[in-house]
Amino acid sequence: MSEWWAYQPSDLLMFSPQTYYRLFELYNTSLWPAQILTLAAGVGIAALTTRGPHWRGRLIAAVLAFIWLFVAWGYFIDRYAAINLAAPYFALGFVVQAILLAVVGAILGHITFEGAKTLTGKVGVALFLFALVFQPLVGVLLGREWFGLELFGSAPDPTVVGTLGILLAADRIRWELLVLPALWCAITGATLWVMNSPEALLMPLVGLLVLVFAAQRSLSPRHEYAGD
Amino acid sequence: MQLNRRQLFGLLAAGGLTALAPRFGRAQGAPLTKRIPSSGEALPIVGLGSWITFNVGDDPEARDSSAEVMQAFFDGGGRMIDSSPMYGSAQEVIGYCLRKTGTSANVFATDKVWTGNGGEGPGQIERTRALWGIDRFDLLQVHNLVAWEAHLDTLSAMKNDGKLRYVGITTSHGRRHNELEKIMHEHDLDFVQLTYNIVDREVEDRLLPLAQEKGIAVIANRPFRRKELIHRFEDEKLPEWADDIGAASWAQFLLKFVIAHPAITCAIPATTRVDHVRENLTSAREPLPDEEMRRRMVAYIREL
Ligand SMILES: NC(=O)c1ccc[n+]([C@@H]2O[C@H](COP(=O)([O-])OP(=O)(O)OC[C@H]3O[C@@H](n4cnc5c(N)ncnc54)[C@H](OP(=O)(O)O)[C@@H]3O)[C@@H](O)[C@H]2O)c1
Repeated sequence: MSEWWAYQPSDLLMFSPQTYYRLFELYNTSLWPAQILTLAAGVGIAALTTRGPHWRGRLIAAVLAFIWLFVAWGYFIDRYAAINLAAPYFALGFVVQAILLAVVGAILGHITFEGAKTLTGKVGVALFLFALVFQPLVGVLLGREWFGLELFGSAPDPTVVGTLGILLAADRIRWELLVLPALWCAITGATLWVMNSPEALLMPLVGLLVLVFAAQRSLSPRHEYAGD
Repeated sequence: MQLNRRQLFGLLAAGGLTALAPRFGRAQGAPLTKRIPSSGEALPIVGLGSWITFNVGDDPEARDSSAEVMQAFFDGGGRMIDSSPMYGSAQEVIGYCLRKTGTSANVFATDKVWTGNGGEGPGQIERTRALWGIDRFDLLQVHNLVAWEAHLDTLSAMKNDGKLRYVGITTSHGRRHNELEKIMHEHDLDFVQLTYNIVDREVEDRLLPLAQEKGIAVIANRPFRRKELIHRFEDEKLPEWADDIGAASWAQFLLKFVIAHPAITCAIPATTRVDHVRENLTSAREPLPDEEMRRRMVAYIREL
């Protein structure tokens, strides 16, 4: 592998931007009307971050785990794998994250929302709402078909941003849950970058923002809720 | 001196006996052809690549528009279509297009074996064949020299058994030329595929002369360096003398440069567009630049 320099990053892209964005159009068409369910789940999660029973953290984690599994299968294996040989590996990453969310959040109950919202927590909730409502509109604003919307719960990018938002909004930063979503921010950013997509920097910037806030939060333990 | 058929055609292709065999052949309206040195079979000098362009997955509209490109390619007299297991859904889409257009009989089916494990070669080739929906391949190549020793054995055995017509090996982006040169010296190859275009000309020094000497057909990939060369020159004016070589566009200018090299058997530009596939096939017509004109083309490009 001594001559990798001979490649430009764009030489590794194996599909055209047109094919990539068409994927979401076909995906949405085949999923409809399941998007209503995933979006409803998103609204439910948003509500649960502010109030609800004491086990709502477990519930949120369980729903997120299910969504990550759904994206692994429905998007990566069933769709993206047709045009990208790396998709099965991405699917595997999403399955691992689903397991982590299930174990750390749903089973062990380490994701809680009992404390007062710190700045970091508020940023997290804002990020989640951004993923749910505004991020899907980015493509439309850039002139893409509205039925190619990338939606929280079915498309990877807003699902990852939403998850990062929730993880920031929780009482404690769980780094083991941040690793794979942050990695995805870099991977999808690189893909969009070599596709010359105008929004290429969005996901890496979100990833960076989350890591900065998470680090700041971890380093100031007095803000943490000591309830678990 | 005794010449076998391969050497004879090699010489002919090299222009050594031009009085006996014109460098190019062509039926009326069809693209020019050159001969495959090892067999003497004539092959149109412009083929069709499939990297990215045919990797459209299960998008019905894009599949049908790929079929239109393929139909235009065959209508224009094209024959060689090149693919690889590395190209995502491209092989399966090619199979769909061949079925849809009923053109399996026209195609010079060219694919690759691409797996680091030599033992997996035959299985992969069989899957590839099923995806294309054809009886056998005309040409199979070891992709990017990956596990090339084992795969060359497999391909040679297939050729001996009549399950394959030609054996080749590929590289691209200027990688591993020394190793390729060694393989060309030591092994019995019908084809090599490498990157050649007006700015990537390293192969002119050793590999192309060696191919001529050994009677190995050469496929030029990346004639436009993916779209980079087209983008780089599209705002520039074509020289006035482009008319003298029949180049009406930059694409034709660039492609004619590649296919006019005596050692190049064919180039395989990829495209998603019917007008582009026609434009590319039209490049495969007289007049083509001679050696002096090719030097002038390079000099002109350098000036820009
Ligand atoms: N290692 C290997 O074995 C290897 C490596 C590289 C390539 N290859 C083979 O070689 C083939 C060709 O290389 P490539 O696809 O990388 O690059 P290429 O053929 O140099 O460039 C393809 C690009 O050129 C554009 N194009 C084609 N005809 C045109 C025209 N007449 N006017 C304007 N634009 C035109 C196409 O865009 P439009 O769709 O807009 O026409 C496409 O984006 C590949 O498809 C593959 O089969 C093999």
